[in-house]
Amino acid sequence: MSAPNGRRPRRLTPQRIGLYAFLLIMAGFFLTPLYVMLVTSLKTMPEIRAGNLLGLPVSLNLDAWVTAWSRACTGLSCHGIQVGFWNSVRILVPSVIVSISVGALTGYCLSFWRPRGGELLFGLLIAVAFVPYQVFIYPLVRIFGQFGLNNSLAGIVLVHTMFGLPTMTLIFRNHFAGLPIELFKAARVDGAGFWRIFGEIMLPMAVPIIVVAMILQVTGIWNDFILGLVFAGRDNLPMTVQLNNVVNTTTGERSYNVDMAATLLTALVPLAVYFISGRWFVRGIAAGAVKG
Amino acid sequence: MPRTIGLRVAPQLALLPAMLIALVVYCGTTGWTVWISLTNSRMLPSAVFVGLRQYASLFSNERWQVSVTNLAVFGGLFVLAALVLGFVLAVLIDQRIRGEDLLRSVFLYPFSMSFIVTGLAWRWILDPTLGIQKLLQDLGFTGARFDWLVQQNRVIYCLVFAAVWHAAGLVMAIMLAGLRGVDPEILKAARVDGLPMWRVYLQVIAPMLGGSFATATILLATSVVRLYDLSVAMTNGGPGIASEVPAKFVMDHLFERGNIGLATAAATSMLATIAAVVVPWMIWQQRARGGRHG
Repeated sequence: MSAPNGRRPRRLTPQRIGLYAFLLIMAGFFLTPLYVMLVTSLKTMPEIRAGNLLGLPVSLNLDAWVTAWSRACTGLSCHGIQVGFWNSVRILVPSVIVSISVGALTGYCLSFWRPRGGELLFGLLIAVAFVPYQVFIYPLVRIFGQFGLNNSLAGIVLVHTMFGLPTMTLIFRNHFAGLPIELFKAARVDGAGFWRIFGEIMLPMAVPIIVVAMILQVTGIWNDFILGLVFAGRDNLPMTVQLNNVVNTTTGERSYNVDMAATLLTALVPLAVYFISGRWFVRGIAAGAVKG
Repeated sequence: MPRTIGLRVAPQLALLPAMLIALVVYCGTTGWTVWISLTNSRMLPSAVFVGLRQYASLFSNERWQVSVTNLAVFGGLFVLAALVLGFVLAVLIDQRIRGEDLLRSVFLYPFSMSFIVTGLAWRWILDPTLGIQKLLQDLGFTGARFDWLVQQNRVIYCLVFAAVWHAAGLVMAIMLAGLRGVDPEILKAARVDGLPMWRVYLQVIAPMLGGSFATATILLATSVVRLYDLSVAMTNGGPGIASEVPAKFVMDHLFERGNIGLATAAATSMLATIAAVVVPWMIWQQRARGGRHG
């Protein structure tokens, strides 16, 4: 994204003041949920009941964070949100690697090789990007049952690969289609085959798009709820599902401070990805969008 | 010549995973879902064909009617509000302001978080016994009421509100990219003509950003149809069934209520609605592309 045109006006007119005021109010609105969760997670329960939502905590009290991480309960087990965190990590790493690999390979194949059925496949992939998961879920559970894949790590990795395929293929195909075809032809003349061109020429030229794919997949898979809920099984429930269970476990008094600490912990990974990746994040969204 | 054969085989081989996924997962399961919706399946699938009877009971089902109405209200308001707010923010940020990077980050960060986190955060803020209502009453406004989250005919607007918070930054980012591509001469010319700026943006610039609006609308619309997590986290469909949505109807009937015939009929209805929009659009896209080449 280029910078705005021209120079910044030097004088502060009433319009400029109004502009800044509006933008600041909007910024306040956008930051409120994060702020509320942060200050509440640092308060004690009596303090939450007595004080107000926006007030600062009297002291920096990290008890709720410790409880959320290591002792919060889902149903009868009280091992904290860390269980879900590690489950999400174990789902995330293989899912990101496999889904990007399959997407890159498919995108490469479709852009340079004109395989039989390629056009049809690509059209289908774009169409599927719009279809809600509810259409596929029940038969998929039955098929997975046949292969013993339900409630397994392999199963959920496979599911993320299947449903990540449209976007992953799209961004890699678009990237490869933008490369000069002469590059490909020269490699062919030199006698390089399908896999050598992929591994030695195309992949090294796809590094930026691999980064974009990683941003998309890491946030997408970490934030997934429905697929983890259905396919991961009780032993592998991702953090989002466990968070929802923690918050809705109604044994005794609601501990809002613990709930909010757990929520912030769950949001931490995508937030870190967002703030570290900066403008690449926007690039990722734009690349993954089916253009109108 | 073995090498040419190898070159023909390798791409087909590499495409195999995608082909399998497309055939089995996309086409196979869709066909299966449609088929189940035409049988009298309850807890388990049955092979007894009953025609459209599941659809008849689906459309007379009150919860489904509420779900569909909710999705229509949610979809319309959410897409409109997110587009308007996102466009306004983009235009304002484009006025050569200080702290542009920071403001952009602030407006976009909600989009990086999950709908579960979004739903929970707003559920607490809108909760009358914990959030804004309590805050106002504690401040002395004892009569203050801010309880739309627990009102049956208002709760859907709370979902819209949270979803707009989540997605407005995305629209802003897309629009900002579009605005930076607009020729600055146009703004200068408009200024010379003495047109008020809001009219320039509304009547001259906005129509030029048609592509950005289309991209944003498609992204937003896709998330509308998938709306599920937000309803689960924020209200779990309540109070009563007031914030139920179609995707949740399907999930609950599949996995909790054991009525897969009705669930698959609902899923098929969702698919048909989307197909009615997406298929003509794809054909149109195809034609446009073909026309350009030919």
